Amino acid sequence: MVQEKLLTVNKLRTEFFQNKKTSVTAINEISFDIGKGEILGLVGESGCGKSVTSLSIMRLLNFTSGKVTKGEVIFDGKDLQKLSEKEMREIRGGKMSMIFQEPMSSLNPAMRIDKQMIEGIRLHTNLSKQEARERAAKILQQVGIPDPERVLKNYPHQLSGGMSQRVMIAMAMSCNPQLLIADEPTTALDVTIQAQILELMKKIQQEEGMSILLITHDLGVVAEMCTRVIVMYAGEIVEEAPVEVLFNNPTHPYTEGLIASVPKLGSGVKVLPSIPGSVPDLSMLPKGCRFAPRCKYATERCHNEEPDLFEVSEHQKCRCWLRDPHAGVPQEGKEEK
Amino acid sequence: MGTIVSVKNVSKIFPVGKNLFGKPDKFVHAVNDVSFDIQEGETFSVVGESGCGKSTTGRLIDHLLIPDSGEIWFEGKDISKLSENEMRPLRKDIQMIFQDPAGSLNPRMRVEDLVEEPLLIHTNLSKEERMKIVHELLETVGLSAKHAKRYPHEFSGGQKQRIGIARALTVRPKLIIADEPISALDVSIQAQVLNLLHELQQKFNLTYMFISHDLSVVEMISDRIAVMYLGFVVETAPKEMLYKNPSHPYTQALLSAVPIPDPGHQKERIILEGDIPSTINLPKGCPFAARCKMCKPECLETRPTPKEIEPGHIVSCHLFK
Repeated sequence: MVQEKLLTVNKLRTEFFQNKKTSVTAINEISFDIGKGEILGLVGESGCGKSVTSLSIMRLLNFTSGKVTKGEVIFDGKDLQKLSEKEMREIRGGKMSMIFQEPMSSLNPAMRIDKQMIEGIRLHTNLSKQEARERAAKILQQVGIPDPERVLKNYPHQLSGGMSQRVMIAMAMSCNPQLLIADEPTTALDVTIQAQILELMKKIQQEEGMSILLITHDLGVVAEMCTRVIVMYAGEIVEEAPVEVLFNNPTHPYTEGLIASVPKLGSGVKVLPSIPGSVPDLSMLPKGCRFAPRCKYATERCHNEEPDLFEVSEHQKCRCWLRDPHAGVPQEGKEEK
Repeated sequence: MGTIVSVKNVSKIFPVGKNLFGKPDKFVHAVNDVSFDIQEGETFSVVGESGCGKSTTGRLIDHLLIPDSGEIWFEGKDISKLSENEMRPLRKDIQMIFQDPAGSLNPRMRVEDLVEEPLLIHTNLSKEERMKIVHELLETVGLSAKHAKRYPHEFSGGQKQRIGIARALTVRPKLIIADEPISALDVSIQAQVLNLLHELQQKFNLTYMFISHDLSVVEMISDRIAVMYLGFVVETAPKEMLYKNPSHPYTQALLSAVPIPDPGHQKERIILEGDIPSTINLPKGCPFAARCKMCKPECLETRPTPKEIEPGHIVSCHLFK
């Protein structure tokens, strides 16, 4: 299936500067693309650079000490890094919008919902206030809010967590974006509400045909939502694969460990296989492969040389020496388990 | 195996808001008429969504809160009406592990002092004896003696939680109440801490009351489970029965809402409509009636009473007569 590409991220590197000389590289030369109408999952643990990736794409790092120092982000044929702030503002919230983890803190607490929504809609369209309000009400209805008129008049604190996340989604959807970046959209919500929101996102995605970049740490959410998955570890992409392939045949030891360490409903195990150690500090990265100190297959080479992102098969890539196509010999380790 | 904790018809109400005369005029009914027993050596889990009263229940058992009605028995003694002074000797038998490991450790104390503190309060051991216990415990939870002189901020989340666990273990408690001990941790670290908890239970013959919102974690660790909704216990059952035969409509919906990390998995999903109602004005009938697909007229009128549908499996629902 050849898909038209909507967003291409090419060797993107973002650094956070402590002062002019010292910096921490939060994401290191990551490359991926999102096809039209695709839901791409971005998984990893805290500090692996998932959120920095989304902020770098959206160019929202200005308020931090972070800076994109290398690479390009091509969206709809344009390099976003080269756009002026004004042009970028047109894209943000227009063709590309974002929803965040904390719905409560992403809404302005001092503004009624209608004002916040109308503001966004009018920024990107030529609608009058009245028309924008009607559109807001219509979208709220679409995201499953039973009485939009009442919600429009409310302040954010009058809404529950699930309701505010619906409002956030409605706001993000209000200008028919081509790409929705959802950064842990359901992490702050309860399971039953999470199920509602995921169902809603899926429905909207199918109806509108937009693409979603879904950032999450929850492998269950990935399995249910995504078509393709990228796994990040310590600022790098370690594996990329279609969702079925990733879960049935993970090639990177980190992915393998991550999937094994999630308790599965109905599996009946008492003790889980776990990955020893913890995520390395980005300012003190180990030499060689970043996962090597925690990896049970690590060899001499892993501790000394950094592996590339090798192509395992047509759709699957993996950053591990075990998958080095030039090594020639089939690697032991996998069978030993 | 005897009963270590027995909770009998416990309710807890928190006042909110004030009327003209400064008297509270609204009440949050956090825990309503809750009853269950915890057996010695088992892991009893309480699951539910935010605001269902699971943490309040834990705090009531630990005597951090006093129930407004009902009784809490710990090892054959009603502790719900004890004064703070009378409770103190019992405190060492009941210890808590909290959700936020960073927030529950004093940032200005070294790890060894943090872990030693319970020993200072509850025992008359000498400094050397105390330090020996502290260092042994740090080893037990997967840290080493070299960590003892450090401050909490030098540790990762998982390590901080290990310190929290060591601290709870110093006085050899009989019951540990773990309130969402792994929800603030990363996936790969969660498994480490869960395995540690399991190991410690075997080693020290501990009883756990495990409070969580995550049904897949609960399935792994528990022997028996209580499902709470809106301050009520709606279903209590041994683990196998609950997962094989979830009987309360809420338990069914909750179980079906858990995302399964397997893309090939097909399942019937029950999507609940609406939000959890407020606990300020409790519904007159069944607490779940407003969101229940099976709701009948009587559900809106009368509150269901607990019924035992198979041995040890108790459901509060009008569907079961």
